[in-house]
Amino acid sequence: MTTVKIIKFSPEKCDGGKACEEACSNVHFKSDEGGDKSALRIMEKDGSYNMSVCNMCGLCIDVCTVQALKRLKSGTVVLDKNVCVGCQACVGFCPRGVMRKASDVITPFKCIACGSCVRACPNGALELVEVDLDEVKEVVYHKQGVDE
Amino acid sequence: MSGPEKSTSKEFEPHTLKMPDGFETGNTKHDWDLAAMRAKHRILAEYTYEKKKVQRGYTGRTLYVNLSTNTIEEKPVSEDMKKKFTGGKGFDLKLLWDGIKPTTRWNSEENEIVFAGGLLCGGTQYSGTGKCLAATISPSTDIVCDSNAGGYFAPYLKFSGFDALEVQGKAKEDVIIFIDGKAGKVTIETAPMEETNAHLVSEQLTHAYADEDTETARQRVAVVSAGKGAEHSYWGCLNISFYDSRRKVARLKQHGRGGLGTVFRDKKIKAIVTKVEHFNGMTNDPADPDKMAAVAIKYNKEMRDLDKSQCNMRTVGTGNIVEVMDTYDLLPTENYRFGSFPKATNLHSPNFYKRFTQVIPDGCWHGCTMACTKAVDGFTVMTGPYKGQKVTVDGPEYENTAGCANMGLWDPDWVIEWNFYCDTYGLDTISVATGIAFYMEMYEYGILNKERCAGLELIFGNSEAVLELMHRIAAGDRSEFVQVAGKGARRMKDWLIQKGWGDHELINDTGMEAKGLEFSEYVCKESLAQQGGYGLTNKGPQHDEAWLIFMDMVNNQIPTFADKAEALHYFPMWRTWFGLVGLCKLPWNDVTPLSNATADEPAKIPEHVQNYADIMSATLGKEITPANLIEMSERVYNWQRSMNIWMGRGTRTDDWIPYRAMGPVTELEFLSRNNKLWDYRYDKQLVENMGFSKEDVDKMHIKDKMKHIYDYRQDRYQKLTDAVYHRRGWTQNGIPTPEKMRELGFGDETEMLEMLQKKIEEDESAGLNVWGGNYQGDEKPPNDDVKYWKE
Ligand code: SF4
Ligand code: SF4
Ligand code: SF4
Repeated sequence: MTTVKIIKFSPEKCDGGKACEEACSNVHFKSDEGGDKSALRIMEKDGSYNMSVCNMCGLCIDVCTVQALKRLKSGTVVLDKNVCVGCQACVGFCPRGVMRKASDVITPFKCIACGSCVRACPNGALELVEVDLDEVKEVVYHKQGVDE
Repeated sequence: MSGPEKSTSKEFEPHTLKMPDGFETGNTKHDWDLAAMRAKHRILAEYTYEKKKVQRGYTGRTLYVNLSTNTIEEKPVSEDMKKKFTGGKGFDLKLLWDGIKPTTRWNSEENEIVFAGGLLCGGTQYSGTGKCLAATISPSTDIVCDSNAGGYFAPYLKFSGFDALEVQGKAKEDVIIFIDGKAGKVTIETAPMEETNAHLVSEQLTHAYADEDTETARQRVAVVSAGKGAEHSYWGCLNISFYDSRRKVARLKQHGRGGLGTVFRDKKIKAIVTKVEHFNGMTNDPADPDKMAAVAIKYNKEMRDLDKSQCNMRTVGTGNIVEVMDTYDLLPTENYRFGSFPKATNLHSPNFYKRFTQVIPDGCWHGCTMACTKAVDGFTVMTGPYKGQKVTVDGPEYENTAGCANMGLWDPDWVIEWNFYCDTYGLDTISVATGIAFYMEMYEYGILNKERCAGLELIFGNSEAVLELMHRIAAGDRSEFVQVAGKGARRMKDWLIQKGWGDHELINDTGMEAKGLEFSEYVCKESLAQQGGYGLTNKGPQHDEAWLIFMDMVNNQIPTFADKAEALHYFPMWRTWFGLVGLCKLPWNDVTPLSNATADEPAKIPEHVQNYADIMSATLGKEITPANLIEMSERVYNWQRSMNIWMGRGTRTDDWIPYRAMGPVTELEFLSRNNKLWDYRYDKQLVENMGFSKEDVDKMHIKDKMKHIYDYRQDRYQKLTDAVYHRRGWTQNGIPTPEKMRELGFGDETEMLEMLQKKIEEDESAGLNVWGGNYQGDEKPPNDDVKYWKE
């Protein structure tokens, strides 16, 4: 487990059509509505587009008291709905704000690097790339230390 | 404030254990035949109940267990009960009122231990929603003592189907009460083989009662236990487990104050066990789960962004304030004689940080991102029956470390050792520390000595003697000293006086107890408001009603008697509210939101108060305002006060505090702060507050200075009492009037109302309905009308 797949975005190719969000919400909720039901979000800002999605840093793993969050052998960070107690600690602590909570569902959800969004984009603005795990890894708590 | 310069400790090495892969505590493993132990259980009573879902935070019924008669039944919770008592501690008090008599004492057959969470308890979203409120008639105070603890028990009790558990009567042999929330069954079982001490029995029962051999299954079991120390002293506490799936240890949180563990063992309860099925943030059935989650997420982001630079609770827990208290001369050292000490730097939080295992979410209930519950893993026990074993020790929290400062124990490893044994023996760290610190001071003066202490050399700093005393208490040592010592500071005072050893006044002034309960660990000599926060309380000198030292002494925000009285009305009511709904207070003010910088009343943390009103609204599905929260508390608070009066306490004399809490008792203490380093604290006060000229003071003998300060401070405490009783709408003797109780909604409780009326009439004939302060010159009592409370 030295690498992990994450989503990469090329803003110059994006036209704001959000086919990716629809595909993502289909994966997570069998719904086409995108928006707050999508793990990946496209946001317009000053005429161009930003994308936000999980980068598999793994920080959230350490805030979950019930160990519902795990890093799989592939490096992907996943949430086990059968163990999760819906506490929202991971949602609040995610440094990128990409552990999300959809309305009417207590369990949060996140990107699972399945690539559906990549396939759905007609402009090729998204790709699944392999990065070094050490480059993305972040750990909560122990780096904080105490001031002397 | 001024004080000596502090040197800070250095050489800090972060303790980085690899997580989550391959974490090992290194603790001693036990080889128990759990099946054989369980096979020895005899079922004494069994009760099957209909499983019901929680509705908007309530299950609508409570569980009643009688160990004398082996009866188990359920009682409905009426709308009236919810309206008047809200839940949690309110339910505890209501059930106690129905179950006991004014003459009930801690070891009476009819005394009860009642446990309740509250309507927000068990919600997993907002931080600090797992608190259990337990109450009983205390061996230390002879009135109701309530105490809260984290851990998984209260949420699991509710998920099992009950808003409260009431245990009455006494078993003939050691028993376990098992509440199987999965099967819908309650049993009383004998338990002859299991251990009594908490760290072992919690481990045994967690494994024995888990559905399967998985971490998740073990996390769904919660155990309540006490320990051997609780059996032989009045200092008994209760341990509530919360199974940590990373450490693979049943960790422990404590209901510390007031001897709950003593009553528990007197009833021969070895443990209470609950087991539940899968649950999540919907199990408490909030009306608006999205709103619940939104408020929680907002709060969690605040914690993520601000905690590190504010209290650093997530990293060192409540121990972060040891250094703050030390700096402000508030850290009790050598029985509250001093508020700071050169060696105290040894106990500053960086020294504990090195010992705490990091990278584990240390909340005592799910969803708490403040996560203050730190732990030391693989600690090698140095003394006693577990010497040489490796264990996980929860804490030490602020009170425990500060308690060690009070006994002059300056080595962090001994703090951990002491903390471990307090917990596993089921002894309240606060009472033990404050009690022993007093015995040590008596030893220093020769009032106690080695012979009188059954061979123990109780000098300040003798950690081995402290541990030895605890081992002897737990072993049931029959020597007179050990017997009295375990009953606490009040009984020790009586014993010393009865023996004719030492000066009565000195003994009474230095033993830090009020109402029979030992003080918690803050020096309040220079904060009149905090003296009231300790003395003018329902259960005894515990800071959970009010912590006003900074507002009062450091920031000077409440200068007048009326200001202090207002704070001593608002904060006890506000803090009581947490206990009605099953919440932890720390997430309220141990992180400060950015909005506080521009808030009108920053001490209240208005944004967080609004959060609480919001999560209560979201749970109940109706609009609740911050003012409503205070109304709920005022009802319960006055009810508790009235129950104290019903039991023959709860008047002005009961609200007395020893002089050590108000000012310097000894010349050493006086001189230690009346010098250049401390800006001649007392001389300055004689001039600035008490109207003496500088020349007078320079000429004055130290004994006279101390006498003036003594009289002045005693009178100020009486004046504060006048102002607070007035603000709370009580008579001058501290009695809530029937009119007040009716206004709060207790119109139908005739027995209580008549009792109060009778007491007020008795006080009238005894001449007690008069102001206590000596008002002179421009000073005025809080009201010209002495009978103001009649309206
Ligand atoms: S903390 Fe956020 S970015 Fe990191 S793995 Fe978790 S969800 Fe992804
Ligand atoms: S919401 Fe679920 S996954 Fe996230 S921290 Fe809480 S229990 Fe773990
Ligand atoms: S702040 Fe600490 S004590 Fe309070 S709920 Fe959180 S972890 Fe438990």
